[in-house]
Amino acid sequence: MAIPDWLRSRRTERDDSRHDAALWTKCPSCAEVLYRPDLSANLFVCTRCQHHFRMSAFDRIAMLIDGDFTEIGSNVLPSDPLTWVDKKAYPVKLATDREKSGMTEAVLCGLGSIGGHSVALGVMDFYFRGGTMGSVVGERLTLMLEAALQKRRPAIIVTASGGARMEEGMLALMQMAKISSAVARLSEARIPFLTVLTDPTTGGVSASFAFQADIIVAERKAMIGFAGRRVIEQTIRQKLPDQFQTAEFLWRRGISIALSIATNSRRFSFACCRI
Amino acid sequence: MNIIVEREKGLLELERRIEELRVVNASHAVDMSGEIAGLQAKYAQIQHEIFGSLTAWEKVHMARHPMRPTALDYLSALDAYDELHGDRHFRDDHAIVGGLGRLGQRNVVVIGQQRGRDTKENLLRNFGMVSPEGYRKVQRLAELAGRFGLPIVTFVDTKGADPGIGSEERAQSEAIARCLVTFAMAPVPIVATIIGEGGSGGALALAIANSVVMLEHSVYSVASPEGAAAILWSDAGKADEAAEHLKLTAADLQRFGIVDHIVPEPVGGAHRDVPGIVGRVVDTVGAILDSLASKSASELTDGRYSKYRQIGALNSERGEATESTP
Ligand SMILES: [Zn+2]
Repeated sequence: MAIPDWLRSRRTERDDSRHDAALWTKCPSCAEVLYRPDLSANLFVCTRCQHHFRMSAFDRIAMLIDGDFTEIGSNVLPSDPLTWVDKKAYPVKLATDREKSGMTEAVLCGLGSIGGHSVALGVMDFYFRGGTMGSVVGERLTLMLEAALQKRRPAIIVTASGGARMEEGMLALMQMAKISSAVARLSEARIPFLTVLTDPTTGGVSASFAFQADIIVAERKAMIGFAGRRVIEQTIRQKLPDQFQTAEFLWRRGISIALSIATNSRRFSFACCRI
Repeated sequence: MNIIVEREKGLLELERRIEELRVVNASHAVDMSGEIAGLQAKYAQIQHEIFGSLTAWEKVHMARHPMRPTALDYLSALDAYDELHGDRHFRDDHAIVGGLGRLGQRNVVVIGQQRGRDTKENLLRNFGMVSPEGYRKVQRLAELAGRFGLPIVTFVDTKGADPGIGSEERAQSEAIARCLVTFAMAPVPIVATIIGEGGSGGALALAIANSVVMLEHSVYSVASPEGAAAILWSDAGKADEAAEHLKLTAADLQRFGIVDHIVPEPVGGAHRDVPGIVGRVVDTVGAILDSLASKSASELTDGRYSKYRQIGALNSERGEATESTP
C-alpha cells in the first residue's frame, strides 16, 4: 500500500484530531514557538536549536518510507499473562494508551522501500507504554527480522523505549532473548542491520538489539543508557551531570555510534542498503 | 535485614538445646531420649511452619541468604577447575568467575556470577553486580568454548548488572547485548542454572541456554521487587507485594516455559546442605549435557532459537483485549 493510503487507513480519528488541535507548539529546549506544519516539514527538529521532538511511529515511518509499506504483525495484540494490577489494571493502561497514541502496541513493523531500496523496518513509539517491550514488541520485531532474513533485505529498527515492560514480568525480559536470537541469525546470513536510537533508549532494549546492529546511529541529545538515571544516583549517592547518558556522551567515548540529526537518518538508511 | 536469617535465629536456639541434651544423653548419666524426641518434633514443626511453603518475597530472601551456596561452591565441586582471568581489554572483574572445568567425563567452559558473603568479599565481588569488562570476559570465554567445541555451563547469581558511572562510560548495554548474541550463536550446548538471584538483563546475559535449571527457592525477575515497588507505588516498602506480582519463582517460570528443570532444596534452603545441593545440581547439569551430547551445532542453535521463539503471551485475535476494572 502506498504510504499516504496506509497512514490514512491506520490512523484513528482521535490521532488525527490530536495532530490538528495544536497548530503551534513550544520547543521544550529553547522555548521558540514553532508552527507545526513547519516543524513537521523539518522532520520534527526545532528549526532554531535542533531539539528533537519525540516522534510518533506513524510520523517516523512517513518520514523514512517513500514507497509502499506493508505492515507485519498488526494482528498480534497484547494479553495480560500476569493479571497485573498496580495503581491501575494492565488492560486498562493498554486501552488508555491505545486511545492516546492510535497504536495497538509500542512498535510498528513492516516491509517498505526507501528511495527504491527494499527494507524491513520496525519503529518503536514512546507514546504507547513508554515504548516498553512486552511480548507483542518482541513478537512483531522478531517477525520483522525473520522477514528480513527470508527476503534478504536490510533491517532497520528505530528505538524509543524505557526497557522491558514490568507488567509482563519475565515474559517481557525473555523478549530480549528472542529478538537477540533473530538478530544472530541475520548476522550469520550477512544481512545488514541498522538501529537508530532516539530519545529515550534504555534498559532491556538498550542492552539487546539497540546495541547489536552493524551500524548504530544515535539522534542528538537522545537519552541512551543501561541503568536509569535515578538508579545510578541512588547507587552513587550524588547528582549526575546533565550530559550523562546523552548520545553526545556515548559519541565522545567512542561507543561505536554515529551521531546524527533526524534529518539525516534517511541518509544512514541508504548507507545501510549499500552494504 | 534478611527475613530468613531472622527466623532462623529461633531455630538456632532450639538446635543448641537439642545438641546439649544429646551430649548429656551420650554420657549415659540420665536418659534424655524422651526430651530429645520432644524437642526434635517441635523443631520439625517450627521448621515446617517457617519453610513449608515460602511466599515469593520469602524466596527472594532465601535467594539472597548470606550462607546460600555461591558460584564458586559449584565450580569447586567439579572434577577440575582452572580459572581464567580478565577481558584482555580493561581489567579482571571479580564479579565473574570462570574458566576450564571438567564435569564427569567431559571438558566444559564454566562461567558464574560471584557475590561475597561478608563486606570485604562483597567489595571485591561488587556484590555480584557485573561490570562491562565482566560481560566481555563472559563473551571471551563463550567464544573460546565455541571455537573448541566445549559445552558452556553457567551459574547465575546477581541482583543485576552494575549501574555505576564507569559501567555506563564503558557501554554496559553493548557488553550485555553482545553476550546475548554470543550465547544465541554458540555452536555448543549451553546449560544455565539460576542458583540465587537472577536479576534482569544482567542475569539473562549468562542464561540464553538449551536448558535452564533453577533451584527451588531461587528467583529470576525482570526487576528487583524493591525497584518495581518504587516505580509502581513510589514505595519500596511494598516490595513483598511486588514480588508476588512479578511471578519470579521457579514454579511460575516453569509454567511460562522459561525454566526447564527445578532442583528441589532441603527443608530450610540450599545452605542447610551445601554438599548435597551442589552435588545434585552438578549431577543434573551433567545429565542434561549427556542428553545434548549427540546434537549437531545447528540442532543446538536451532533448539535455543525455538525455545525463546515460543516465549510470550499474545492475543492474536483481532479485537479488544479483555478489560477488567481495577
Ligand atoms: Zn528549540
